[in-house]
Amino acid sequence: MQWNSWGEFFAMGGYAGYVWGSFGLTLLALAWEVFALGLRRRKAIGRVRQVQSWAGQGLEHKE
Amino acid sequence: MSAVNWFKYAAPQTFYVLAGRWIPWLYAVAILLAITGVYIGFAMAPTDFQQGEAYRIIFVHVPAAWMSMVIYLAMAFWAAAGLVFNTRLSSMMAQALAPTGALFTVLALVTGSLWGKPTWGAWWVWDARLTSELILLFLYIGFIALRASIDNPLRADRAAAVLAIVGAVNVPIIYFSVRWWNTLHQGASINMSSAPKMATTMLAGMLVMALAGWIYSIAVALVRVRCIILERERHAMWVRQLEEVQP
Repeated sequence: MQWNSWGEFFAMGGYAGYVWGSFGLTLLALAWEVFALGLRRRKAIGRVRQVQSWAGQGLEHKE
Repeated sequence: MSAVNWFKYAAPQTFYVLAGRWIPWLYAVAILLAITGVYIGFAMAPTDFQQGEAYRIIFVHVPAAWMSMVIYLAMAFWAAAGLVFNTRLSSMMAQALAPTGALFTVLALVTGSLWGKPTWGAWWVWDARLTSELILLFLYIGFIALRASIDNPLRADRAAAVLAIVGAVNVPIIYFSVRWWNTLHQGASINMSSAPKMATTMLAGMLVMALAGWIYSIAVALVRVRCIILERERHAMWVRQLEEVQP
């Protein structure tokens, strides 16, 4: 283990902003990607349902 | 002989179901690998004698930069396969990989900048490595924009494929830039012909994080390709009969 205390660990030898900034931004970006994909999937499913309900009313390909 | 018919998996219908089963496992493995990698990188790897603690940025920077290049090659491969074999799913894979590749390129540039400031004293320099990585970002954006600008999906696939294939020459340029030109960016720490120029724990942390990046990328690409299948094949009967689509 390289660290004598939590304080020393969080300080990252004076480079805290750069080190934690890099890891934080990466985590945020990947979490955002997963979240955005969840929204896209819900939207896509909604559109398929719409096509399906139009088909049920005999309105095929009237999108 | 032909016990397994591989072309069966090239049908969006089969692939959609198969990918759906894989995704939760891939996410779980990616998270476990990332936690392990961060532990090795922060708790086990020693302080760098030249760069101090700032060097720990490499545990996220190097895997992001590798992924930006690997994903581009995978995207160009699937785009080319779609062009040659006319398989819809191949082109959809290329389309699904582009945003994740672009994201990793942005992350490589931003984390590189956050490393460059304390180490070189500059956020950005017009060095061959940095410039070619920036061109990679423009290639991803070009691919996405070109696809979006053409209404007919099959024509969009073909046009974007040509761009992806031509742009692939940039990847070896990025990789070898530190050798071909006199760059401020440091040379490769790992290559096939010599022992790694770093402590074993540093190397282990970087490789585990890179593996996490691979698995994550496969997972999100599969999630996105399933969205693309739903969007592009929404008139197909099998899509309308999917369990998740029922009201």
